[in-house]
Amino acid sequence: MGKISLEVNGRKVEKEAPDNTLLSTFLREHLQLTGTHIGCDTSQCGACVVHVDGNSLKSCTALAADVNGSKVTTIEGLETNGKMHPMQEAFKKLHGLQCGFCTPGMVMSAIDLLQKNKKPSDTEIRDWLEGNICRCTGYQNIVAAVKEAATKM
Amino acid sequence: MASLVGSRVERKEDKRFLTGKGRYTADINLANQTYAIFVRSPHARASIKKLNIDKALKSSGVVSVLTGKEVADDKIGGLIAGWAIRSEDGTEMKCPGNPPLAKDNVNFVGDPVAIVIAESLAEAKEAAEKVEVDYKVLKAVTSTAEAMNGDTIHEGIDKNLCFDWLLGDRQKVKEAFDKADKVISIDIINNRLIPNAMEPRACVADYNAASEEITLYTTSQNPHLSRLIMSAFGNVAPEHKLRVVAPDVGGGFGSKINVYNEDIVCSWAAKKINRAIKWVAERSESFLTDIHGRDHVTHAELAVTKDGKFLGFKNETIANLGAYARVFGTVTPTYLFGPCATGVYDIPAAYTNVKAVYTNTAPVDAYRGAGRPEATYTIERLVEKASMELGIDKTELRIKNFPTAFPFKQTLVHTVDSGDYVAGMEKAKQMADYKGFETRRRESEAKGKLRGIGVTSYFEACGIAPSAAVMSLGCGVGLWESAEVRFNPTGQVTVYTGSHSHGQSHQTTFAQIAADELGVPIENIDIVHGDTDKGTFGMGTYGSRSLAVGGIAIVNACKKIVEKGKRVTAKMLEANPEDVEFKDGEFIVSKSNKKKTIGEVAFACYLPGVRDEMKSPLPEGDEPGLKETSFYDPSNFSFPAGTHIAEVEIDPETGHVKLEKYTACDDFGRIINPMVVEGQVHGGLAQGIGQALYENAEYDETGQLMTGSYMDYTMPRADNFPEFNIGYTCTHATTNPLGVKGCGEAGAIAAPPTVMNAVIDALGGQEVTMPATAEKVWKACKNLKKSNSKAA
Repeated sequence: MGKISLEVNGRKVEKEAPDNTLLSTFLREHLQLTGTHIGCDTSQCGACVVHVDGNSLKSCTALAADVNGSKVTTIEGLETNGKMHPMQEAFKKLHGLQCGFCTPGMVMSAIDLLQKNKKPSDTEIRDWLEGNICRCTGYQNIVAAVKEAATKM
Repeated sequence: MASLVGSRVERKEDKRFLTGKGRYTADINLANQTYAIFVRSPHARASIKKLNIDKALKSSGVVSVLTGKEVADDKIGGLIAGWAIRSEDGTEMKCPGNPPLAKDNVNFVGDPVAIVIAESLAEAKEAAEKVEVDYKVLKAVTSTAEAMNGDTIHEGIDKNLCFDWLLGDRQKVKEAFDKADKVISIDIINNRLIPNAMEPRACVADYNAASEEITLYTTSQNPHLSRLIMSAFGNVAPEHKLRVVAPDVGGGFGSKINVYNEDIVCSWAAKKINRAIKWVAERSESFLTDIHGRDHVTHAELAVTKDGKFLGFKNETIANLGAYARVFGTVTPTYLFGPCATGVYDIPAAYTNVKAVYTNTAPVDAYRGAGRPEATYTIERLVEKASMELGIDKTELRIKNFPTAFPFKQTLVHTVDSGDYVAGMEKAKQMADYKGFETRRRESEAKGKLRGIGVTSYFEACGIAPSAAVMSLGCGVGLWESAEVRFNPTGQVTVYTGSHSHGQSHQTTFAQIAADELGVPIENIDIVHGDTDKGTFGMGTYGSRSLAVGGIAIVNACKKIVEKGKRVTAKMLEANPEDVEFKDGEFIVSKSNKKKTIGEVAFACYLPGVRDEMKSPLPEGDEPGLKETSFYDPSNFSFPAGTHIAEVEIDPETGHVKLEKYTACDDFGRIINPMVVEGQVHGGLAQGIGQALYENAEYDETGQLMTGSYMDYTMPRADNFPEFNIGYTCTHATTNPLGVKGCGEAGAIAAPPTVMNAVIDALGGQEVTMPATAEKVWKACKNLKKSNSKAA
């Protein structure tokens, strides 16, 4: 067991957790932030993407202990004063989600893309999202949503 | 009031999904819950000589370990095939027992033999390692084509044959073939797929000792049906003591229709240990134990005249059922397949023969399209081959054989009520710039690339399934749907539906329908589904049935509300009920200025009785309250149709296939929400293209799944697709009041033959099996080079 100290969605948290606790497990089981989803066991699907110190990370690829002291943002932390982030708004407006399971990871990943590339092309968006699997949408509306968000961010 | 039906209404369900507030089964944690791990067979076929749980029971934190013996002792029933199929010779299909925990034999890798329940997940995992199973490994049967020659898997089921089914008339087909100028034949494999909903299966079972009620939260597309099966066949609890809740469900695609071993075992065990049990599949477990899809081996022939008229069609298919026949396992390769086998064509003689076989692989069941993709793949590959062999343009040949009038009575089963296949073809050609293809082919050639174009015209039987029609075919059950519309006294509406949304957007589209029917703002309408304690029994969501069956039940319940509203308005305004009209939420007495809003009428319905000057608003015979129910059983299937056109460019040096263009022109009847329909088409296409180019479930000869993770099974990614070009023609269905047909499966049905026809066109007609991987295509390119140099 070890002490994990993080700033999650702007709130300081300190919890005891077994040393082998994945960041994804820590968020879901210890902080009850169940918006971060687990869709595979090989770090392929991307449903668990969160931001750690501003960069996107598949939270199943890191131990909570590895990111001790970091600032973590999850899908639950994107709204400001009850208003959704432009990326969330764009996904809603352009039907970039269906069952919603891959959505949190997809949104977190897409936001990081726009942080690094303000006006990505379709190809750049599709390449960037290669690590996020969606089985419902065929990706087309997700690509459209990211482009829409790029005009608002 | 503007109609909402037909509008791009943004989804009511989105905000919770986008802000992390979705509530999927794995997000549910109950007080004092335990954690379950299933011990699974590592062998494809074995008998269990000995099973020792002593060490596991002593392991830290273990609450209980249960095996097939306890299941049998408690008379817990097994998993079932939902549809009875009769063989051509009249004998009933042969189905083995499928206990939820195997006791004597295991029949596929992943077949569960024990459940280990512990205080924590880590402790359950550790204890599961200590369950000792002594297996006698037997020779596995894994090949679909060779299954009938393999060892007998299930005692008493000769040749591993579940049934040998025939639809159609062999003699008539023989006569048609005798008259033919030419017979086109094809041997194809419809590759095995794994549905891969992004949410792995999960369940949380709870037992309330006070009410003696079991509650099961589970990842299901049809909670009411699950409860019925678990109660009637699983013997878990009587229906009134079993509540099944399917909360937010992260995709299904057919894989979550089935009741699974884990649902039954966790529910039964929760009562046994009197505590809640949580089980969440790891993705590798999903790969091994979710139902798989497709897996057909087919020989088909088409008899044609030299000018391209189709005379006869035959289809001989071996369908793999996997180790056991599950809920839709036997109907998928028969009634969902055979009646669609002749596609959109007027073919006077046809038959389909299906031999369904058992193998030591995961059960095969309904996956998006279920039977119809396999049917469409066969006929459309055959028609494309006929176009090459006859030298007739592929679109002209199709048009020549389209039906000329509707309703169109097909040779085999269906009477297609409506459609315009020529209009769909013409529009698709225009959208795809079919005429410009030769120029684009030459441009590709100049770059050293091979370009191909492929066409598919499809239809599908959706709105599953009219009881009268399917029961007359010999099916044991038809599939209606229920809806209940409840007006609150203060005017908001709650609609309970037996359908289930796991991505389909019912919360929005069903509310659009109810808003139009009742004239109530959409914000004041809630759609409730997914809980057997809420609303009436319903059949659930699959087979593009939610709108065409469930949606109509909502319309009918709303119409009953309006009828009662008219009677009540007439009483309140002292008019004749026949003189009351309803429009945009108002009941108006014709030729007068007297009217009542539906809100006023709803309120009045909750205030019967007489006091002073106040008279009861209720006419004699009407009860108080405003709530109506409909059980809608359709009179026919619905028949979406369309034409899709794909273009691929192949690099002969690498064999890489690039999908350059994809055009879909579909006829779904009336469209409720174009935004949602586009999403359904895109998603279906991605899965269909995935089957053609990327996805394949592969077992080795010992029955080990070689594609058991996302490292080995190619899931289509964002960079695998071009932007799809989507369009519609629209002929309204004549068999339901909304004129709707269904849209969820079209892409998965049409895309595989469309893409493969394009690949094979680029390869000069050389056969390649799905998925058309770079390796296979590269080899075909080598052959093409050889034959071209010989010809030169």
